[in-house]
Amino acid sequence: MSKALKIEQIEDVVVLFAGDSGDGMQLAGNIFSTVSATVGNSISTFPNYPADIRAPQGSLTGVSGFQVHIGATKVYTPGDKCDVLVAMNAAALKTQYSKAKPNATIIIDTDSFQPADLKKAAFQTEDYLAEMNIDPDRVIACQLTQMVKDALADTGMDNKAIMKCRNMFALGLVCWIFDRDLNIVFNFLNEKFAKKPSLAQANIKVVQAGYDYGHNTHSTAACVCHIETKTKQPGRYMDITGNKATAYGLIAAAEKAGLKLYLGSYPITPATDILHELSKHKSLGVTTVQCEDEIAGCASAVGASFAGALAVTSTSGPGICLKSEALNLAVIMELPLVVIDVQRGGPATGLPTKSEQTDLLQVLFGRNGESPMPVIAATSPTDCFDAAYDACKIALEHMTPVVLMTDAFIANGSGAFKLPDLKEYPAINPPYVPEELKGTWTPYQRNACGSRYWAVPGREGFEHILGGLEKDNKTGAISTEPENHHIMTCLRQEKIEKITVPDVEVLGDSKDADLLIVGFGGTYGHLHAVMDEMRAQGKRVALAHFKYINPLPKNTAEVLKKYPKVVVAEQNMGQFASFLRMKIDNFTPYQFNQVKGQPFVIAELVDAFNNIINN
Amino acid sequence: MEYKASDFKKGQPRWCPGCGDHFFLASLHKAMAEIGIKPCNNAVISGIGCSSRLPHYMATYGMNTIHGRAAAIATGCKVANPDLEVWQISGDGDGLAIGGNHFIHANRRNINLNMILLNNRIYGLTKGQYSPTSPRGFVSKSSPYGTVEDPFRPAELCFGARGHFFARAVATDSAGTVEILKAAQKHKGASVCEILQNCVIFNNGTHDSVYTKEGRAKNAIYLQQGKPMIFGENNEFGLIQEGFGIKVVKLGENGITEKDLLVHDAHCSDPTLQLKLAMMEGPDFPIALGVIRDVEAPTYDDCVSQQIEDVKKQKNYHNFAELLETNDIWTIE
Repeated sequence: MSKALKIEQIEDVVVLFAGDSGDGMQLAGNIFSTVSATVGNSISTFPNYPADIRAPQGSLTGVSGFQVHIGATKVYTPGDKCDVLVAMNAAALKTQYSKAKPNATIIIDTDSFQPADLKKAAFQTEDYLAEMNIDPDRVIACQLTQMVKDALADTGMDNKAIMKCRNMFALGLVCWIFDRDLNIVFNFLNEKFAKKPSLAQANIKVVQAGYDYGHNTHSTAACVCHIETKTKQPGRYMDITGNKATAYGLIAAAEKAGLKLYLGSYPITPATDILHELSKHKSLGVTTVQCEDEIAGCASAVGASFAGALAVTSTSGPGICLKSEALNLAVIMELPLVVIDVQRGGPATGLPTKSEQTDLLQVLFGRNGESPMPVIAATSPTDCFDAAYDACKIALEHMTPVVLMTDAFIANGSGAFKLPDLKEYPAINPPYVPEELKGTWTPYQRNACGSRYWAVPGREGFEHILGGLEKDNKTGAISTEPENHHIMTCLRQEKIEKITVPDVEVLGDSKDADLLIVGFGGTYGHLHAVMDEMRAQGKRVALAHFKYINPLPKNTAEVLKKYPKVVVAEQNMGQFASFLRMKIDNFTPYQFNQVKGQPFVIAELVDAFNNIINN
Repeated sequence: MEYKASDFKKGQPRWCPGCGDHFFLASLHKAMAEIGIKPCNNAVISGIGCSSRLPHYMATYGMNTIHGRAAAIATGCKVANPDLEVWQISGDGDGLAIGGNHFIHANRRNINLNMILLNNRIYGLTKGQYSPTSPRGFVSKSSPYGTVEDPFRPAELCFGARGHFFARAVATDSAGTVEILKAAQKHKGASVCEILQNCVIFNNGTHDSVYTKEGRAKNAIYLQQGKPMIFGENNEFGLIQEGFGIKVVKLGENGITEKDLLVHDAHCSDPTLQLKLAMMEGPDFPIALGVIRDVEAPTYDDCVSQQIEDVKKQKNYHNFAELLETNDIWTIE
């Protein structure tokens, strides 16, 4: 690094890598975030995949993006808009420029802005910068493709293989701009391509070329930026997506409970990565069955649960519709089951790759009969681990299906995950039927928590029949007796209500806020950032973010009634607000509802909430 | 340990008097006693329908679940706990209409389930609508002018789904039913047993030609492994191959002797002849009873367990803490 160069200390930066789906933007972004996390920066990432199966190369619908937010202190979201936009082709610039801040640095590969490329990206003229009203001084325009070809000229690689390394040039350049240690990148690449050392070397060469280009030309007009780590949490870390964290949470819970983990599933975006992840870990005894349909995924999990496994089924909203009947079977049979709903845009097929919170009322109420079921909503990619663990613990200890809600945003997004120590996690003790009850036991006999006992097939003397028909609360035989049905309905309801969940925490100006922001699940990061921003503006604001939806925390009413104004912000038309109104008398919150399939934009929420305070 | 049929029996069945389900239940109790697996190691899983009430009359573990899903639920049960002997009980509606998808996929995967299909060609519990096995033109409450659709033939569906075991018995024929149930249990893989049973209320007489011992003597053929295909009240008829088809012949006529007859081979992996036999219908042909197809093949549940064992040997992580270490990890001091 040149000593003459000015290095500016900055607090945080958002970089958006955008290119064609085949341009390797996810990998470049992922390496950049990992390198930053390795030095202790806080990270939050958001991959944005195209919905097309395989859009034509260079087309507007084929753009794939990976946004990463890096901070000296804790960052909660991948950021509204980016400080640096890497546009690997004309379509990427066209579609992603709106996500750049007014003063953002734009990196473009001029080799991919040729007339044919511009035409595919629907540019009217060849002066694309003028057409988009972009100040050329903010643009680092380089012949990126040519420089990659030059760097790899003597490797004997064919053109196709060379083109696949373009992402590494962009990565090298961004690493130079943000003063990242290339050795960490090299280690990453050497490990990733351990089986293909020549590929690792080629990638390293190109990263170095990108870095050198930045260095030699002092590319960023102004300066190189450095993000110091300010709030260090010592420990060992890995980068983890929400879906992977969910899978890990299930594995951890199964190990803690001493049970076989069974997943019955059917591929569905954006939940499929849970099936992929669990399918890898057969050496841990994990059994995954890719079933013939969503129904069988859930039904087979019910069978596995009866047989004594920790049974899980994973899906997204459309799959929940199909699983509802079998979920209800688990409700009435009082068998443990975890169902994971990675929410996406709906209704019907909707927006398969986009994120919403529109399944809440479906998972709470979308079944026939009185069908109470605990619901937990994970709040961040890394929180998916704890949420999945909790879901398993509640399911197993209370003999009930539990819904774990995540969403496309936190499922695909990633964060730095401090390696958990299972010893520090609470024990999981399912209510196995005690041996001394042999001879007198009936299937719906309950323990102090109101849970049915679990008699796993194979135990002699506890043979019994469960089923979808209502049972007598004492004998366990089929019963249509009116009083008994009412009793059983109440017992199932009370069992769920008795589950203990942690109080909801109030963050920010918890004593004297003028406005309480309320949210649930995957919007935690954004709502936290909104609160921080408003407090920085001098407003008194607090945040109560809910992870436990059913049952609600005991202090819910107290918290919600404590502040003069409350706004419930959610990515649906007001489902959580409706639920809270139903549960809490005379609760009339303001609402902020947005259903765009995209994460909240912090600035929009700050404006909206300021209006609420001011009115 | 020796078991009696009563060791597997529980409660008082609530089917209509004369219902074929009563006969089948008694045969199942008897077969289980003869098989000799402890009651606690049997799981009997049904869907919804008259016949799906059956688990309530078993002293084993069991579930009377939801309509059509018995095969899927049984699949999870068997894969999660391969030590259990899993019996799936479905009617023709439960198994072949709402549960048709699960039926074919359980066969395709070859999961070690004993899949019992109680076929009375009618929806009894909902009081008399046609089922997917009702013949074309069948008049019922929901088809007052006759159906305008062809039925499934369970054997054809099973074979089409690459099924490796198919057997058939008449509910009133206890010996024949016990025999195929024992064979189904012995067969490793999905074993489909079609039980022809009568619904006295809504479809009385549907299997009349073979429902009595006398009827079976005249109108059915008991297929036995390695034995020539002989049938008739006095064993006077036999089956021979003619072209791509099967022909009924009379022994002694045109010089036909027992040596000219087809010999049953349920273990032949090519299902062509077995399908022909399974599809035979009266009055021109006898209805085939007994084990029609019984071919060894890898079972899904065995392969799942084997793969887990194999991967355990290949991989160097065997608990959660070791799994974490397989990732790119960095340390912040």
